[in-house]
Amino acid sequence: MNRTIERHKNILEFSLSSLLRRKTKNASLLAIYTLIVFAIASLLFFLSAMKREALLILKDAPDMVVQRMEAGRQDLVPLSYAKEIAALRGVREVKPRLWGYYYDSPSGGNLTVMTAEMPAGFIKIGSGVSRLRRATAADVIVLQSYDNEVPLMLEIEEVLPYESELAAADLVIMSELDFRKLFKFPQGHATDLALTVANPRELSTLAGKIVDKFPDARPILKSEMLRTYDSIFDWRGGMMLVMMIAAVLSFIIFAWDRATGLSAEERKEIGILKSIGWETSDVLLLKFWEGAVISLSAFFFGVIAAYVHVYFFSAPLFQPVLKGWSVLYPQFKLVPAVDTYQLGVLFFLTVAPYTFATIIPCWRAATIDPDAAMRS
Amino acid sequence: MILHPAVLSLMTMSLLAGIMVLLAGAVGVRILFSWNIKSGSELQLSLERQTYLVSTILAYTFVFQILSLFLYIYTADNLHGLFVGAMCAAGTLNVNEYGYPVLLLKIVNFLLAGTWLIVNYADTRGYDYPLIRAKYALLLLIAPLVLFEAYEQYRYFSGLHADIITSCCGALFSQDTRNISGDIAALPARPMAIAFFAAMTATLVSGHLFYWKGRGGWLFSAVSLVAFLVGVASLISFISLYIYELPTHHCPFCCLQEEYGYIGYALYATLLGGAVTGLGTGVLMPWRNRGSMKQVIPQLQRTLTLVTVILYLLFTLIVLYRIKFSALTLGW
Amino acid sequence: MNMISLTNISKSFHVGKASQFVAVNDVSLDIEPGKVTILKGPSGSGKTTLMTLIGCMARPTSGRIVLSGMRAAWMASEEPAGVEITSLPERFLNDIRRRTFGFVFQQFNLLKGISVLENVMLPAYPTGEDHREFAKRAGVLLEQFSIARHASSPVEWLSGGELQRVAIARALINDPSVIIADEPTAHLDTALSREFMTIVGTLKKAGKTILIASHDPIVFDSPLADRVVEMRDGVITSSGPKP
Repeated sequence: MNRTIERHKNILEFSLSSLLRRKTKNASLLAIYTLIVFAIASLLFFLSAMKREALLILKDAPDMVVQRMEAGRQDLVPLSYAKEIAALRGVREVKPRLWGYYYDSPSGGNLTVMTAEMPAGFIKIGSGVSRLRRATAADVIVLQSYDNEVPLMLEIEEVLPYESELAAADLVIMSELDFRKLFKFPQGHATDLALTVANPRELSTLAGKIVDKFPDARPILKSEMLRTYDSIFDWRGGMMLVMMIAAVLSFIIFAWDRATGLSAEERKEIGILKSIGWETSDVLLLKFWEGAVISLSAFFFGVIAAYVHVYFFSAPLFQPVLKGWSVLYPQFKLVPAVDTYQLGVLFFLTVAPYTFATIIPCWRAATIDPDAAMRS
Repeated sequence: MILHPAVLSLMTMSLLAGIMVLLAGAVGVRILFSWNIKSGSELQLSLERQTYLVSTILAYTFVFQILSLFLYIYTADNLHGLFVGAMCAAGTLNVNEYGYPVLLLKIVNFLLAGTWLIVNYADTRGYDYPLIRAKYALLLLIAPLVLFEAYEQYRYFSGLHADIITSCCGALFSQDTRNISGDIAALPARPMAIAFFAAMTATLVSGHLFYWKGRGGWLFSAVSLVAFLVGVASLISFISLYIYELPTHHCPFCCLQEEYGYIGYALYATLLGGAVTGLGTGVLMPWRNRGSMKQVIPQLQRTLTLVTVILYLLFTLIVLYRIKFSALTLGW
Repeated sequence: MNMISLTNISKSFHVGKASQFVAVNDVSLDIEPGKVTILKGPSGSGKTTLMTLIGCMARPTSGRIVLSGMRAAWMASEEPAGVEITSLPERFLNDIRRRTFGFVFQQFNLLKGISVLENVMLPAYPTGEDHREFAKRAGVLLEQFSIARHASSPVEWLSGGELQRVAIARALINDPSVIIADEPTAHLDTALSREFMTIVGTLKKAGKTILIASHDPIVFDSPLADRVVEMRDGVITSSGPKP
């Protein structure tokens, strides 16, 4: 037992000194390896942070939203639906909601407009809007209404101080009166209905009842929204990852090439080691330690760099790809969400392929004939 | 198909491992046909060199199998939100008919790769490599299984489509469903607990006998294998109840979660580790008194037996600890 | 003491190909313990190949090599002391090689970029011996060959004679009973070659078995040589009188 540990210690020590001896070659390998780990780790961290944000937003979402479809497209919901649905057993509350999107032509941004109980003539805006319009509390914002007559003059009551900005940046909250004026929104209709139920287990039964009653209604459950968010992020992330796997593959080829194309110098060294009494498995162990040191350093540096990139600088390299190209670009710090699972996945995506790719080249190197050194 | 990062990584790695093991299998076939230790021919020398490649591949595959087993369960758990009705890994694995076979294959391949490494360890310590043919015959069993696992796993993941209604773990492991996992959960807790402690005691006793007297190696190995199976069944049948402190929750995966202090890892690590070493002890039995192995195997078997007994003891201690400090008390 | 006996040893390369050739052909030879044996012959005569076979670096294509009087850890206790090394796998050959043979090469074969001390200790790394133990032994050897002051310098800084002594110190680190040297004086001038033979003398006095392949008269005409075996084209042409 002791001898085994000593053997590992001695060989590990020698492998460290070997790595240092070939500084330039190993530094370039380490740099590329770290870059790969960094890219994939950034992506994984970013995805999980985004999912977490989405989860935060949906936490306050209603149990169920009912929309109305007309010819397969979403349409306004008559308020009469709300009354009838509220009468169903198990429904605690039905709230008609008014919301929509406003294209702000001067800035070219798309704003999300929602309503709340507040005095007419006042609005609350998200920080993105505030940035875009260079307006803060007590300033007046002008919005062009749909009837092409008087523009709406709205005073900013406050800029929303959201801890997470992802969804709130482009938000404008106004009174129902202003909303109907702005969009010429027909009376007696709502954008959709938000339902609260007594027992969440009955949601799907209830959804069935609603569809029975109104064949043109489309109930959407909170869990479905969560699922959709999740799979969208997974899908987008997956696409990115597929592209990155191409990068990983080229790296593997590079690593293979590095390991196979042993320089004459290295071949000679292994030949010497074998001639003075090192055995194939000793050289394999040497190569294992070299690989482990390189892999673990690359993993360590890559993960730290990715952590800084994603959580301190909000992943500037990925945002455009993963969040869509909005002018109203949220500027926010992602909240760290790293767990062992992600690190495990990351390990599997980077270190494991590298290790498998180097098995054969290392074995080739280790099986150089011991008498080769005597024949040079 | 779900483009989840973990799914992609599991599939790539299985593919890589499959290719490597296939390569090892090819070497194995050549060795089975042409091995002749007495010969100094170039063919023999090159075959000997290739045995190093095979053992390296198998060592990495072994580590890969255990990691992929846990990553697989974890991923299934992570994806459960995508499937209506799935509340944890148990539900996700049940989305299509490949989920559980893949899990089983991963466990079997882990045990086989571990056993192979034990045989290999013994073999390379005998100067005439007496186990070489047995070893490579075993390899020819492992290689197709690892490939099959990669294929089944591909079928499982490619058959995953978000939103399929599945039975969640509550339904799958509750008593009224009539499938295999339901049957295990339906095993009554009390007789199962008795069987569990009996199996662990039997392992301890037979291990003790084998360790000190060198007798009953076969018995010990068989008992330890039975104890492994009983251990897994007990985990579902009654140990889980104490972990979750719910009289009806039988899921064998939830205990890997943070909420339960990752206790599942300790349980599975000790149980799987003990199973490998126990199995390895038995596999070595036929060569115990042959030529160069006389020096190697009995000593090795003693160590393996000791490791098995210690790991199973640890498992039992963790279980006892959970039972003692669980808020749940079953009336028995 | 070890006695090495070779019976009908042959070694062929590239069997079955056009380039097939027989490097050592049906050689039988006994090497006496505690003596200096010289293998003499032109280059290409098979001396080096024969030495790699004796030194457990390679396995013969046919024939038997027996090391008598040695006992390895993996041998059953009832077996007689002595090993037939011809059909041992590399792992075991290597084990024997490490504890029985020390090698000195024509090119010295020292690793560039690491210190003299590390070079000397290199053969001991994979044995699993405690680092302090063999470091101590290496220190003693460096003293003995008066190169201790270079211990921490990289080998590139050393002169030819010093390199030679480092190579010998390295061959001795695992305390082998047999020293095998392949053309050790080929890159040395006369003075250094004589110095080498002086060292051989001390090793012989210390009871080591020494086997040198050389076509340098300083070596094979030396009074230290107990026996000179001549080789040509893979066969022994004159095996000299047994000492």
